[in-house]
Amino acid sequence: MSLIDITFYFFAIVVVLSAAIVVFSRNIIYSAFALLFTFFGIAGFYVLLSADFLAVTQLLIYVGGILVLMLFGVMLTNKVIRVEIKTGTLSVLPASIIVAAIAGTIIGIFTITDWKTGDLPHDINTTTTIIGNNFMTTWVLPFEIASVILLVALLGAAIIARPEKFGPYREKSELFKHKKEPEQTKKAH
Amino acid sequence: MFQVGLTHYLVISGILFSLGIFGVVTRKNAILVLMGIELILNAANINFIAFSRYGGMNLDGQMAAIFVIILAAAEVAIALAIVLNIYKNFQTVNVDEINKMKE
Repeated sequence: MSLIDITFYFFAIVVVLSAAIVVFSRNIIYSAFALLFTFFGIAGFYVLLSADFLAVTQLLIYVGGILVLMLFGVMLTNKVIRVEIKTGTLSVLPASIIVAAIAGTIIGIFTITDWKTGDLPHDINTTTTIIGNNFMTTWVLPFEIASVILLVALLGAAIIARPEKFGPYREKSELFKHKKEPEQTKKAH
Repeated sequence: MFQVGLTHYLVISGILFSLGIFGVVTRKNAILVLMGIELILNAANINFIAFSRYGGMNLDGQMAAIFVIILAAAEVAIALAIVLNIYKNFQTVNVDEINKMKE
């Protein structure tokens, strides 16, 4: 076993164990922090697969963005002060049977198939240059669409998560009540 | 057997995918369902990059993985906004108790 193999098995153990903790843990905070290790391990896989740009992107976006967002979600939707950060489970037995069937099928197909693999070319040092060129030439339309999607998602998330007085339930809002209150005070006078 | 090749990465991604499906199906909390979806997307990404590397370093797989990451970021932002709104209206985020479109 070379050093690369040992590194791979180390990352594999980290990823599988922490993903199992994410799925099987009762405590949501534990799940969120186990997800951190899963993302780190997957970034390690990307480095081993000589995808340096993807590894850094994984760290920046998943660990720095998505995971923090998830933690915000956990903190905002649970009563953190009391011990209610638990989650229940639904229909574990049929789910585990079906998931075991899916896993067996997928892994069986992966191992049985005789994949044709090519060699690593020697003239590639970093992937960032090639990815940048690809973005501006072949993939320019998906690139533009992705930018529009990100803008729309940003605006949509901000509008959906706003307080209710600007949201879709305007009838119940405090703004509406404020408009009604002066009339009542006039009648009282 | 111990020489790491394409199959090893594919098996890891298969395990991650199955764990993600299990989390999506069995967890009650909506945020844990989102975490399961993240696991599934990461499994797909490992597949993309492993095929890109072992298919003679064709970088189209990495491009697809970048778009998957972009969509995951957009998806989690929208989904968490929806979850926050649900929590505001129902005081719970358990997916089995949210069965009304409107209060």
